[in-house]
Amino acid sequence: MKARVYVMLKNGVLDPQGAAVQHALGALGFDGVSGVRQGKVIELDITATDAAAAKAQVEEMCEKLLANTVIENYSVEIV
Amino acid sequence: MRAGVVVFPGSNCDRDMAVALKNAGAEVSMIWHKATEIPTGLDVIALPGGFSFGDYLRVGAIAARSPICQSVIRFADKGGYVFGVCNGFQVLTETGLLPGALLRNAGLKYVCRHQTLKVTTTNSVYTGGYSTGQTITVPIAHHDGNYNLPADDVKKLFDQDRVAFTYVDNPNGSVADIAGVLSENRRVMGMMPHPERLAEEAHGGTDGKPFFANLFDQFVSA
Repeated sequence: MKARVYVMLKNGVLDPQGAAVQHALGALGFDGVSGVRQGKVIELDITATDAAAAKAQVEEMCEKLLANTVIENYSVEIV
Repeated sequence: MRAGVVVFPGSNCDRDMAVALKNAGAEVSMIWHKATEIPTGLDVIALPGGFSFGDYLRVGAIAARSPICQSVIRFADKGGYVFGVCNGFQVLTETGLLPGALLRNAGLKYVCRHQTLKVTTTNSVYTGGYSTGQTITVPIAHHDGNYNLPADDVKKLFDQDRVAFTYVDNPNGSVADIAGVLSENRRVMGMMPHPERLAEEAHGGTDGKPFFANLFDQFVSA
Protein backbone atom coordinates (compact mmCIF):
# COMPACT_ATOMS: atom_id res chain seq x y z
CA MET A 1 0.00 0.00 0.00
CA LYS A 2 1.23 3.46 -0.82
CA ALA A 3 0.72 6.53 1.30
CA ARG A 4 1.18 10.02 0.02
CA VAL A 5 1.91 12.82 2.47
CA TYR A 6 1.44 16.45 1.52
CA VAL A 7 3.29 18.95 3.66
CA MET A 8 2.54 22.66 3.24
CA LEU A 9 3.57 25.74 5.16
CA LYS A 10 0.70 27.00 7.27
CA ASN A 11 -1.25 29.98 6.06
CA GLY A 12 0.35 33.12 7.38
CA VAL A 13 3.86 31.64 7.31
CA LEU A 14 5.80 33.56 4.71
CA ASP A 15 6.86 31.33 1.81
CA PRO A 16 9.71 33.15 0.04
CA GLN A 17 10.26 30.21 -2.34
CA GLY A 18 6.62 30.32 -3.45
CA ALA A 19 6.94 34.06 -3.93
CA ALA A 20 10.07 33.58 -6.07
CA VAL A 21 8.28 30.99 -8.21
CA GLN A 22 5.34 33.35 -8.66
CA HIS A 23 7.73 36.11 -9.69
CA ALA A 24 9.44 33.81 -12.22
CA LEU A 25 6.08 32.78 -13.68
CA GLY A 26 5.22 36.44 -14.09
CA ALA A 27 8.53 37.00 -15.89
CA LEU A 28 7.58 34.20 -18.31
CA GLY A 29 4.36 36.00 -19.14
CA PHE A 30 2.00 33.97 -16.94
CA ASP A 31 0.32 36.98 -15.41
CA GLY A 32 -2.80 35.21 -14.11
CA VAL A 33 -1.11 33.78 -11.01
CA SER A 34 -2.16 35.56 -7.83
CA GLY A 35 -0.34 33.30 -5.39
CA VAL A 36 2.09 30.38 -5.18
CA ARG A 37 2.76 28.19 -2.15
CA GLN A 38 5.44 25.55 -2.34
CA GLY A 39 5.30 22.38 -0.28
CA LYS A 40 6.50 18.81 -0.50
CA VAL A 41 5.08 15.41 -1.29
CA ILE A 42 6.44 12.33 0.44
CA GLU A 43 5.51 8.86 -0.79
CA LEU A 44 5.79 5.87 1.49
CA ASP A 45 5.39 2.17 0.81
CA ILE A 46 3.51 0.75 3.75
CA THR A 47 3.33 -2.93 4.63
CA ALA A 48 0.04 -2.58 6.51
CA THR A 49 -2.91 -3.95 4.55
CA ASP A 50 -5.63 -2.09 6.39
CA ALA A 51 -6.07 1.44 4.98
CA ALA A 52 -7.29 2.96 8.24
CA ALA A 53 -4.41 1.46 10.21
CA ALA A 54 -1.94 2.64 7.58
CA LYS A 55 -3.35 6.16 7.69
CA ALA A 56 -3.13 6.29 11.48
CA GLN A 57 0.45 5.06 11.31
CA VAL A 58 1.47 7.67 8.72
CA GLU A 59 -0.24 10.43 10.66
CA GLU A 60 1.87 9.52 13.67
CA MET A 61 4.96 9.70 11.42
CA CYS A 62 3.89 13.17 10.35
CA GLU A 63 3.52 14.32 13.94
CA LYS A 64 6.89 12.88 14.95
CA LEU A 65 9.05 13.63 11.94
CA LEU A 66 7.62 14.27 8.49
CA ALA A 67 6.05 17.64 9.30
CA ASN A 68 7.05 20.35 11.74
CA THR A 69 3.62 21.27 13.06
CA VAL A 70 4.95 24.59 14.36
CA ILE A 71 5.05 25.86 10.79
CA GLU A 72 3.56 23.15 8.58
CA ASN A 73 0.25 21.41 7.95
CA TYR A 74 0.07 17.93 6.51
CA SER A 75 -2.48 15.67 4.92
CA VAL A 76 -2.27 11.94 4.30
CA GLU A 77 -3.71 10.08 1.36
CA ILE A 78 -3.72 6.29 1.09
CA VAL A 79 -3.46 5.22 -2.54
CA MET B 1 33.74 23.88 33.59
CA ARG B 2 33.13 20.67 31.67
CA ALA B 3 31.57 21.11 28.27
CA GLY B 4 30.41 18.63 25.64
CA VAL B 5 30.18 19.37 21.93
CA VAL B 6 27.85 17.10 19.97
CA VAL B 7 29.18 16.06 16.56
CA PHE B 8 26.65 15.07 13.89
CA PRO B 9 27.54 13.89 10.41
CA GLY B 10 27.67 17.22 8.59
CA SER B 11 28.61 19.34 11.60
CA ASN B 12 31.36 21.72 10.52
CA CYS B 13 31.75 24.17 13.39
CA ASP B 14 32.26 21.54 16.09
CA ARG B 15 36.01 22.05 16.32
CA ASP B 16 35.71 25.86 16.28
CA MET B 17 33.24 25.53 19.14
CA ALA B 18 35.58 23.23 21.07
CA VAL B 19 38.51 25.66 20.57
CA ALA B 20 36.47 28.62 21.83
CA LEU B 21 35.34 26.65 24.90
CA LYS B 22 38.89 25.41 25.60
CA ASN B 23 40.34 28.89 25.21
CA ALA B 24 37.85 30.06 27.83
CA GLY B 25 39.23 27.40 30.17
CA ALA B 26 36.76 24.55 29.70
CA GLU B 27 37.53 20.88 29.56
CA VAL B 28 35.80 19.74 26.37
CA SER B 29 34.52 16.32 25.29
CA MET B 30 33.36 15.71 21.76
CA ILE B 31 30.19 13.59 21.69
CA TRP B 32 29.61 11.56 18.52
CA HIS B 33 25.96 11.43 17.49
CA LYS B 34 25.78 7.64 17.77
CA ALA B 35 26.51 7.77 21.47
CA THR B 36 23.33 7.14 23.38
CA GLU B 37 24.55 8.55 26.67
CA ILE B 38 26.29 11.83 27.29
CA PRO B 39 29.42 11.83 29.48
CA THR B 40 28.64 12.32 33.16
CA GLY B 41 29.49 15.52 34.95
CA LEU B 42 28.98 17.96 32.08
CA ASP B 43 28.03 21.54 32.95
CA VAL B 44 26.98 22.50 29.47
CA ILE B 45 26.35 20.91 26.08
CA ALA B 46 26.90 22.76 22.81
CA LEU B 47 25.23 21.88 19.51
CA PRO B 48 27.48 23.27 16.79
CA GLY B 49 26.85 24.73 13.36
CA GLY B 50 26.93 22.84 10.11
CA PHE B 51 24.50 20.83 8.04
CA SER B 52 23.63 17.86 10.22
CA PHE B 53 22.48 14.87 8.18
CA GLY B 54 22.60 17.10 5.10
CA ASP B 55 19.67 19.06 6.53
CA TYR B 56 17.45 16.54 4.73
CA LEU B 57 13.69 16.89 5.19
CA ARG B 58 14.05 20.13 7.18
CA VAL B 59 17.07 21.85 8.72
CA GLY B 60 17.97 20.07 11.96
CA ALA B 61 15.05 17.64 11.69
CA ILE B 62 16.94 14.36 11.45
CA ALA B 63 19.55 15.38 14.03
CA ALA B 64 16.78 16.26 16.48
CA ARG B 65 15.55 12.64 16.30
CA SER B 66 19.00 11.06 16.65
CA PRO B 67 19.72 8.95 19.77
CA ILE B 68 22.15 11.50 21.23
CA CYS B 69 19.55 14.23 20.99
CA GLN B 70 17.15 12.20 23.13
CA SER B 71 19.88 12.24 25.80
CA VAL B 72 20.39 15.97 25.28
CA ILE B 73 16.64 16.52 25.75
CA ARG B 74 16.71 14.50 28.98
CA PHE B 75 19.76 16.51 30.13
CA ALA B 76 17.88 19.77 29.44
CA ASP B 77 14.69 18.47 31.06
CA LYS B 78 16.67 17.80 34.23
CA GLY B 79 17.80 21.44 34.24
CA GLY B 80 20.99 21.03 32.20
CA TYR B 81 22.50 23.89 30.20
CA VAL B 82 22.39 23.45 26.44
CA PHE B 83 23.12 25.94 23.70
CA GLY B 84 23.03 25.71 19.95
CA VAL B 85 24.63 27.92 17.34
CA CYS B 86 23.34 28.10 13.77
CA ASN B 87 22.46 24.50 12.85
CA GLY B 88 22.49 23.82 16.59
CA PHE B 89 19.73 26.42 17.02
CA GLN B 90 17.77 24.75 14.23
CA VAL B 91 18.16 21.38 15.96
CA LEU B 92 16.98 22.84 19.28
CA THR B 93 13.79 24.22 17.72
CA GLU B 94 13.17 20.84 16.07
CA THR B 95 13.50 19.06 19.43
CA GLY B 96 10.97 21.46 20.93
CA LEU B 97 13.44 22.63 23.59
CA LEU B 98 13.15 26.10 22.06
CA PRO B 99 10.00 27.59 20.49
CA GLY B 100 9.54 28.51 16.84
CA ALA B 101 11.18 27.29 13.66
CA LEU B 102 13.87 28.48 11.26
CA LEU B 103 12.81 28.88 7.65
CA ARG B 104 14.60 29.75 4.41
CA ASN B 105 15.99 33.31 4.51
CA ALA B 106 13.42 35.81 3.28
CA GLY B 107 15.84 36.94 0.55
CA LEU B 108 16.34 33.27 -0.45
CA LYS B 109 20.09 33.75 -0.45
CA TYR B 110 22.74 32.25 1.75
CA VAL B 111 24.09 35.12 3.83
CA CYS B 112 27.67 35.13 5.06
CA ARG B 113 28.88 38.32 6.66
CA HIS B 114 29.76 40.11 9.84
CA GLN B 115 26.48 41.01 11.49
CA THR B 116 25.74 43.61 14.13
CA LEU B 117 23.66 42.26 17.01
CA LYS B 118 22.08 43.91 20.01
CA VAL B 119 22.30 42.12 23.33
CA THR B 120 18.68 42.10 24.42
CA THR B 121 19.04 40.54 27.85
CA THR B 122 21.99 39.88 30.11
CA ASN B 123 19.96 37.59 32.33
CA SER B 124 21.49 34.29 31.24
CA VAL B 125 24.79 32.47 31.54
CA TYR B 126 25.25 33.04 27.81
CA THR B 127 24.74 36.79 27.71
CA GLY B 128 25.86 37.84 31.20
CA GLY B 129 29.27 38.91 29.89
CA TYR B 130 27.71 41.73 27.88
CA SER B 131 25.66 44.74 28.88
CA THR B 132 22.01 45.21 27.93
CA GLY B 133 21.65 47.09 24.67
CA GLN B 134 25.31 46.60 23.81
CA THR B 135 25.94 46.09 20.10
CA ILE B 136 28.42 43.43 19.08
CA THR B 137 29.61 42.12 15.72
CA VAL B 138 29.43 38.39 15.16
CA PRO B 139 29.69 36.41 11.91
CA ILE B 140 26.60 34.83 10.41
CA ALA B 141 26.60 32.17 7.70
CA HIS B 142 23.27 30.55 6.97
CA HIS B 143 20.58 29.85 4.41
CA ASP B 144 17.81 29.04 6.86
CA GLY B 145 17.92 31.60 9.63
CA ASN B 146 14.50 33.16 9.22
CA TYR B 147 13.08 32.75 12.73
CA ASN B 148 9.37 32.19 12.68
CA LEU B 149 6.99 32.29 15.61
CA PRO B 150 3.33 33.33 15.94
CA ALA B 151 2.83 36.94 17.08
CA ASP B 152 1.42 35.95 20.49
CA ASP B 153 4.46 33.82 21.21
CA VAL B 154 6.81 36.61 20.10
CA LYS B 155 5.15 38.90 22.63
CA LYS B 156 5.52 36.21 25.29
CA LEU B 157 9.24 35.88 24.54
CA PHE B 158 9.79 39.61 24.97
CA ASP B 159 7.52 39.79 28.05
CA GLN B 160 9.52 37.01 29.67
CA ASP B 161 12.84 38.62 28.66
CA ARG B 162 13.77 35.53 26.69
CA VAL B 163 15.14 37.21 23.56
CA ALA B 164 18.92 36.93 23.92
CA PHE B 165 20.02 38.83 20.82
CA THR B 166 18.36 40.81 18.05
CA TYR B 167 19.74 41.77 14.65
CA VAL B 168 20.53 45.36 13.78
CA ASP B 169 19.59 45.45 10.08
CA ASN B 170 17.77 42.11 9.84
CA PRO B 171 19.63 39.85 7.36
CA ASN B 172 17.10 37.02 6.97
CA GLY B 173 13.55 38.14 7.69
CA SER B 174 13.41 36.83 11.27
CA VAL B 175 10.31 37.93 13.14
CA ALA B 176 10.97 40.95 15.41
CA ASP B 177 14.67 40.81 14.36
CA ILE B 178 15.20 37.90 16.74
CA ALA B 179 18.68 36.35 16.47
CA GLY B 180 18.73 34.24 19.63
CA VAL B 181 16.24 32.98 22.21
CA LEU B 182 16.22 31.43 25.67
CA SER B 183 14.07 28.66 27.09
CA GLU B 184 11.62 29.35 29.90
CA ASN B 185 14.17 28.27 32.54
CA ARG B 186 16.82 30.38 30.71
CA ARG B 187 19.18 27.40 30.50
CA VAL B 188 18.67 26.46 26.86
CA MET B 189 19.70 29.04 24.28
CA GLY B 190 19.82 29.05 20.50
CA MET B 191 21.25 31.68 18.17
CA MET B 192 22.02 31.86 14.45
CA PRO B 193 25.22 34.01 14.70
CA HIS B 194 28.56 32.35 15.50
CA PRO B 195 30.26 33.78 18.61
CA GLU B 196 32.93 31.04 18.34
CA ARG B 197 34.09 32.52 15.03
CA LEU B 198 35.10 35.85 16.53
CA ALA B 199 36.56 34.86 19.86
CA GLU B 200 40.29 35.54 19.57
CA GLU B 201 42.53 38.24 18.09
CA ALA B 202 43.53 36.06 15.15
CA HIS B 203 39.88 35.98 14.08
CA GLY B 204 39.97 39.72 13.52
CA GLY B 205 37.74 40.48 16.48
CA THR B 206 36.82 39.26 19.92
CA ASP B 207 33.15 40.18 20.33
CA GLY B 208 32.33 36.51 20.82
CA LYS B 209 34.85 36.08 23.62
CA PRO B 210 32.66 37.38 26.50
CA PHE B 211 30.09 34.73 25.58
CA PHE B 212 32.52 31.94 26.44
CA ALA B 213 34.35 33.79 29.20
CA ASN B 214 31.12 34.40 31.08
CA LEU B 215 30.03 30.81 30.60
CA PHE B 216 33.32 29.70 32.15
CA ASP B 217 32.91 32.13 35.06
CA GLN B 218 29.43 30.77 35.75
CA PHE B 219 30.62 27.19 36.02
CA VAL B 220 34.15 27.49 37.31
CA SER B 221 32.97 27.70 40.90
CA ALA B 222 30.19 25.13 40.45
